[in-house]
Amino acid sequence: MSDTAELYQSLIMDRTRHPRHAGKPAAYDAEAEGDNPMCGDRVHIYLNRENTAVHHISRGCAIMTASADLMADAVAGLTAQEIAARKAAFEAMVTTGAPNPDLGDLNALAGVSEYRSRIRCATLPWSALAQALEDEKNV
Amino acid sequence: MLRDSHGIELRIAKITDAGEIDFNSLEQQFADGKVKLLAVTHMSNVLGTYTPAERLAKFAHERGAKILLDGSQAVVHRAVDVQTLDADFYVFSGHKLYGPTGIGVLYGKPEILDAMPPFMGGGDMIASVSYQKSTWAKPPQRFEAGTPAILETIGLGAAIDYVQNIGFSAIAAHERALTDHAIATLSQIEGLQILGTAQDRGGVISFTMQNAHAHDIATLLDRQGIAIRAGHHCAEPLMGRLGVTSTARASFALYTTAAEIDALATGLTRVKQILT
Repeated sequence: MSDTAELYQSLIMDRTRHPRHAGKPAAYDAEAEGDNPMCGDRVHIYLNRENTAVHHISRGCAIMTASADLMADAVAGLTAQEIAARKAAFEAMVTTGAPNPDLGDLNALAGVSEYRSRIRCATLPWSALAQALEDEKNV
Repeated sequence: MLRDSHGIELRIAKITDAGEIDFNSLEQQFADGKVKLLAVTHMSNVLGTYTPAERLAKFAHERGAKILLDGSQAVVHRAVDVQTLDADFYVFSGHKLYGPTGIGVLYGKPEILDAMPPFMGGGDMIASVSYQKSTWAKPPQRFEAGTPAILETIGLGAAIDYVQNIGFSAIAAHERALTDHAIATLSQIEGLQILGTAQDRGGVISFTMQNAHAHDIATLLDRQGIAIRAGHHCAEPLMGRLGVTSTARASFALYTTAAEIDALATGLTRVKQILT
């Protein structure tokens, strides 16, 4: 039954249990909330423009929480344009299940492609981050 | 929706911690004599609780109200006699009775349906039509405007024949045994909490497992070939009452076996190792 746990490999469970970027930072430039009314999952994203530091408060499943935390790693220091490109690559990867070497640890989430209803769990933090970036641009 | 379209006032009766109707709370809602309709499920799709339909009907009628029972769950699992229950309205859907999607049943007492105007116009729902005045067909045609869902009707008829041929006493006994077995088996899993302890309950068991999220539990069971439902089960207010955001839910039907419940228990033990 090794296959059973594949999606919930140690990287994902580790980030769910011990997220590195959880909590509200003392200062931030933009924030946005993502929520999935189908399951009640909710993620709040805080964006600090300096070095593009992202924090999150996640209330949801392991996939969503780990995705939010790995996203914070993956976008650190990137420009808005680079983040948009990474978001597109991530969404393609979790939809097709094809690993993308450029995405590093994010590939741990490739397994959600087998579960249509769970893809949204993985992409929710990215949608919220895009919203935060959009709001920040308009300030 | 009725509040917006008709300005009705919606009152909510509480449930007990066991997941049963709280009659004291219900009494309070009826205290000012203004309640016109008591709408209640016949069986909870979350907690498995059967509501005491006959007692509720008597309660409503003694206070001048009508009762509508939602039997979408109950009709699948036990024999329902709307006359014995003294239900004014009883509704259920086809697909939960192993029948087709897109069809359901609304039963209403003849005298009530007779007094009701059509809600929709179309073919076959008129008695006569002139420029001055139109009159309506008798129920049920009055409420079945237009070309009916012919295939779905035939399919639902076949589904009803199917369950009736097996017999509801056999179905209810089978599911009763499965439910007892499931409660006994799942209760042994440390950290697993079954929600609701109603005396009269059917084969629907909602549970939580420590901090594991219901969708993670469902996905990991799915990988082991076990299908359950996870989420708020279209019952967000009840989730709030239970103090959870979602639950995992196993449900049993006439084709479920005791071995499958044992497989669920084994699967959950594995899930627990991974998630908690």
